[in-house]
Amino acid sequence: MKTIQFREAVCEAMTEEMRRDENIFLMGEEVAEYNGAYKASKGMLDEFGPKRVLDTPIAELGFAGISVGAAMNGLRPIVEFMTFNFSMVAIDQIINNAAKMKQMSGGQINVPIVFRGPTASAGQLAATHSQAFESWYANCPGLKVVVPSNPYDCKGLLKSAIRDNDPVIFMESEQMYGDKGEVPEGEYLLPIGVADIKRKGTDVTIVSFGKIIKVAYEAADMLAKEGISCEIIDLRTVRPIDYDTVIESVKKTNRLVCLEEAWPLGSIATEITYKVQSEAFDYLDAPVKRITTTDTPAPYSPTLLEAFLPQVGQVIDAVKSVMYVK
Amino acid sequence: MAKKRITKATYLKWYEDMLFWRKFEDMAAALYIQQKIRGFLHLYNGQEAILAGSAYAMEEGDNMITAYRNHVQPMALGEDPRRIMAELMGKVTGTSRGKGGSMHMFSPEKGFWGGHGIVGGQIPLGAGLAFADQYLGRNNVTLTYMGDGAIRQGSWHETANLAMLWKLPVVFCVENNGYAMGTSVERTAGQTPIHKLGEGYDMPNRAVDGMDPIAVYDAVYEAAERARRGDGPTLLEIRTYRYKGHSMSDPQKYRTKEEVAEYQAKDPITLCLNKIKEKNWATEEEITSINQRVKDLVAECVKFAEESDFPDASELYQGIYAQEDYPFIKN
Repeated sequence: MKTIQFREAVCEAMTEEMRRDENIFLMGEEVAEYNGAYKASKGMLDEFGPKRVLDTPIAELGFAGISVGAAMNGLRPIVEFMTFNFSMVAIDQIINNAAKMKQMSGGQINVPIVFRGPTASAGQLAATHSQAFESWYANCPGLKVVVPSNPYDCKGLLKSAIRDNDPVIFMESEQMYGDKGEVPEGEYLLPIGVADIKRKGTDVTIVSFGKIIKVAYEAADMLAKEGISCEIIDLRTVRPIDYDTVIESVKKTNRLVCLEEAWPLGSIATEITYKVQSEAFDYLDAPVKRITTTDTPAPYSPTLLEAFLPQVGQVIDAVKSVMYVK
Repeated sequence: MAKKRITKATYLKWYEDMLFWRKFEDMAAALYIQQKIRGFLHLYNGQEAILAGSAYAMEEGDNMITAYRNHVQPMALGEDPRRIMAELMGKVTGTSRGKGGSMHMFSPEKGFWGGHGIVGGQIPLGAGLAFADQYLGRNNVTLTYMGDGAIRQGSWHETANLAMLWKLPVVFCVENNGYAMGTSVERTAGQTPIHKLGEGYDMPNRAVDGMDPIAVYDAVYEAAERARRGDGPTLLEIRTYRYKGHSMSDPQKYRTKEEVAEYQAKDPITLCLNKIKEKNWATEEEITSINQRVKDLVAECVKFAEESDFPDASELYQGIYAQEDYPFIKN
């Protein structure tokens, strides 16, 4: 094993795959000469040259659409959005073209493409730069949506995403790029659509994904000191969702808390809650609790941002609430 | 690629093809009124010379992509018209197995990449098809069609800029039929003519008479050669006219009957037939025989489509993901 940063996991995954297959290219703003806005493509221009690592003008609709067309005609593009906030100006190309092409053509045309970049809040960036669109993309049939939470998962899942023959939305975080973690020295892949039990526990199931899962770890550590054992499930993929892992866990713990950095309405947390009440109703000893951001645009001021984002204390309170302890 | 000669055979083919496309669309309109075709239906009547001239300029491996007025384009590239009629009727034998309908025809094996319902959404896709050809070292071009309405979308600007930056082998063809649905070109921009929109990108551009297949062929050939040489894209404003409404539900109150008649006097099929007669390239019997073949083929398309099955409900989950065992949510 070796210890690498999250950004290095992204870079290693792309680099290894581009060595395997000459039809893979990376396109986006500042990915080449600048080595990536967050240095996730450091050194790739030097290794692969400007044909395969392409800087673009600020034109997300244009380069996303051109990449979808290239994927239709034999290539395997990786498109970097500097943040998924900027994917909003390209969303027609993602939803109407990448996601629909195979079905609309009666199954004739594959679109093997990865759209990747950071999602959700990254400090005090206010409303337009702090959004989490995981549930938006997950809502759309035709896409797959992957949201890793550590370097190991990131590398293994990104390699799978690049090899996948369907369009994959791959969501990272500015605040995770510096996170360190162990990865194997050799090649490995992780399957899309399989959740990971990050911590085994017996009293409560906490379901989360992406960067915010770290809040669950912190809450679980504090709860452990009070003798409460949390099982933490990292969905890793939010389309498709590995419901079975969640339901099996709830059948064991009988209690569920969902933690998600996104607005509450139509969230992944809501979907998990529906599925659990539908398939494990008789196993539940308490109503399901969800912790999300507030139902507001993200604010700038530190006091307001703290109130907007899910906090450790909220998770602790939710766990105690479903356990009926004070 | 060498320029092709326009011969007697070319004219006879153009006449038969264009007549077939016209009659096919007329039949589609009739079937729409009978409610055998549903949804939206946008007809190509009047614009046939664009397709005849363009298809003649295409080489093996070249690509074409367009918007939702797209029934006859795949036929020009070799698709079986019976499968197009079946798609219009939502049958499993259709080009998209009944999942696309009128606005979403696809024949990628013939080089036809759709068939796109969102106005302007296909413009970057066309450049992307060309990007792949350039990347893979193929000497192919992509003809990317849009209407006079679509070029007002932002997708045009971003694609035009990138296509010029990367010298992509793409020909942008604006089929300017005068109206974006019911809004005339003059009412959509302070700037006309449309081809001048290429100037801001230093993109070669020109207007083309879209009622004359030879003019279209010459312009598309020249642009395609530029693209094949590695000199990048061209913007052609091909001026045409659609005889029918925007779709079947269009009462056409935005134009006069006289205006429609003025263009019908320049009808490409009539002009083509006049030329054939003038040059004595076919006898009356031969022309009658062509007309009969067209009529028979249209009837055969309808018969095939009507006798085909609708897709089974189990088809709903097929062909959405390349992953065959994708776990759809079934509530």
